[in-house]
Amino acid sequence: MNLRDTLTLSLTTVASYRTRSLLIVLAMALGVAAVVVLTALGEGARRYVVGQFSSLGTNLLIVLPGRAETAGGFPGAALGQTPRDLTLEDARFIGQLPQVRRLAPLNVGVAELTAGGRLREVTVLGSNAELLPIRHMKLSQGSFLAHGSERSAQIVLGSVLAREFFPDGRAVGQRVRLGDSRFLVSGVLAVQGESMGFNSDEIAIIPIDYAQELFNTESLFRILVEAKSRTAIEPAKAAISHALKLRHDGEEDVTVITQDAVLATFDRILTALTLAVAGIAAISLAVAGILVMNVMLVAVAQRTAEIGLLKAIGAPAADIRRLFFAEALWLSLAGGVIGFALGHFGAWMVRLAYPLLPAWPPAWASVAGVATALVTGIAASLLPASRAARLDPVLALSGK
Amino acid sequence: MIRLAAITRVFRMGDQEVRALNGISLDIASGEYVSIMGPSGSGKSTLLNVIGLLDRSDSGRYELDGTDVTGLSENERARVRREKIGFVFQSFHLVPRLTAAENIELPLMLEGVAPAERKTRVDAALDAFDLRDRAFHRPAELSGGQRQRVAIARATILRPTALLADEPTGNLDHRIGAEVVALLEGLHHGGTTLIIVTHDRELGARAHRHIAMRDGEIVADET
Repeated sequence: MNLRDTLTLSLTTVASYRTRSLLIVLAMALGVAAVVVLTALGEGARRYVVGQFSSLGTNLLIVLPGRAETAGGFPGAALGQTPRDLTLEDARFIGQLPQVRRLAPLNVGVAELTAGGRLREVTVLGSNAELLPIRHMKLSQGSFLAHGSERSAQIVLGSVLAREFFPDGRAVGQRVRLGDSRFLVSGVLAVQGESMGFNSDEIAIIPIDYAQELFNTESLFRILVEAKSRTAIEPAKAAISHALKLRHDGEEDVTVITQDAVLATFDRILTALTLAVAGIAAISLAVAGILVMNVMLVAVAQRTAEIGLLKAIGAPAADIRRLFFAEALWLSLAGGVIGFALGHFGAWMVRLAYPLLPAWPPAWASVAGVATALVTGIAASLLPASRAARLDPVLALSGK
Repeated sequence: MIRLAAITRVFRMGDQEVRALNGISLDIASGEYVSIMGPSGSGKSTLLNVIGLLDRSDSGRYELDGTDVTGLSENERARVRREKIGFVFQSFHLVPRLTAAENIELPLMLEGVAPAERKTRVDAALDAFDLRDRAFHRPAELSGGQRQRVAIARATILRPTALLADEPTGNLDHRIGAEVVALLEGLHHGGTTLIIVTHDRELGARAHRHIAMRDGEIVADET
């Protein structure tokens, strides 16, 4: 019997035992759907966390004053104080390192913002033009702090602040007062919401020099550094530590942290979690495989006389074996395809219910789910098929 | 055409040995019409199964069309059955899921005949056995006579040299049984060797050669 006839004949069989076939297909489909949906959830969680981190900036290094050590020899260390400030000069020096693409020095403080008769306290960031690209921030109106013009009194408002102070939406070009100084609104940040617990919609950004004047300080809170590439992160970290050690008279009194180390850990944990969940879902597929085996064994017992007939009219053992294989193949193929569709539908529902969670099932999970269904289904038919093929024709004809 | 020499077939039932065939020697020429009769347990069905290569003998020698088929493997015997033997059973043995036409088509499928030719041959068989308007009915929707006609059409679609019928009228009433017998005899007139196993004396008497069996042995063989 050729392949086409085998497939057609077994499809007729599958279609005629409707209830039985539907139940197996359902079991298979649920198994595959479970693999797809659960890995989509795992992958979604991973992407969510990675997304949260990368919204801070890519290839980001953060330089902060002080050494994260408890075994310091000087009394200040124990109190978490730093013996030497991180200054704008330090920042400029780091900016010349070859591994560094751009950097933004950072000062943070609180000041009173006054405009149009309104007044409120706001968090003020002092920085430069590079802050925007490093932190992946976007503007909804106007322009950011201009390059090389840190001395001009510009201010960029977070979206909430802009709406509060200028409800008509025309913030750009307006004058505001911050502390004792007057600033010109040059731009408004686009709505970004909260990221890692920090709401950038309610901040004001001014040039670093003004911020240092405003807060009456020479030292920087942080320096945000973007390395030239992912591979340049570690060399940049070493170079920055080395450069600042030289500048600070051989004292290692700054800490350079990279988010990639943290990110990689989360990535690994969540990938492992996804795999574990996929494995658990795969168990349900194995159960479905056993169900297929059971049903095929029953089918062989039920159709003994028919197998005898096929043998009587001259079907070789291989043909009979292939007929049962093909039957299992149809069942698991239908289960795999329906489960695939069901799983993707489920993942879509999850995305609909939790828009923040990018619950896209990874391609490997879809492929593996369907492939596992096929392999278990066919493997489960091996025993029943060979049992059918080995039946004695005379006994089989009499239904024994 | 069929030559059996000292064929023995022994079944074990518990610790007892039952000699279903006890040294059967038999020659059947091509185109003969033979009936095999005998009481239950006389070994007549076993003899038919051995002739049809469904069963194997424990000793003795079997020649079919001049070739020794005694030691063939199960797959080789399946091929010989497909090419040379047609079976007709008391309980029809139609595949319930398939239509009459599809049941008739089964041996052609096994033989690997191309679909276009299959269709012409099945159409011809449907006409020959007066099943044209029943072609797309499943066995459950057919009468007993129609079912047996489908079974005979299936048994003969590959033009076997021998047609073996085991109680072909056993499940049919007298009138329908007679129609089926007429059909089988028509095939015999067309040159097919016809071997019928039956309890029915009237049917057995119609054959040209009568073999009587008892306890695994041939007790009478007359023409």
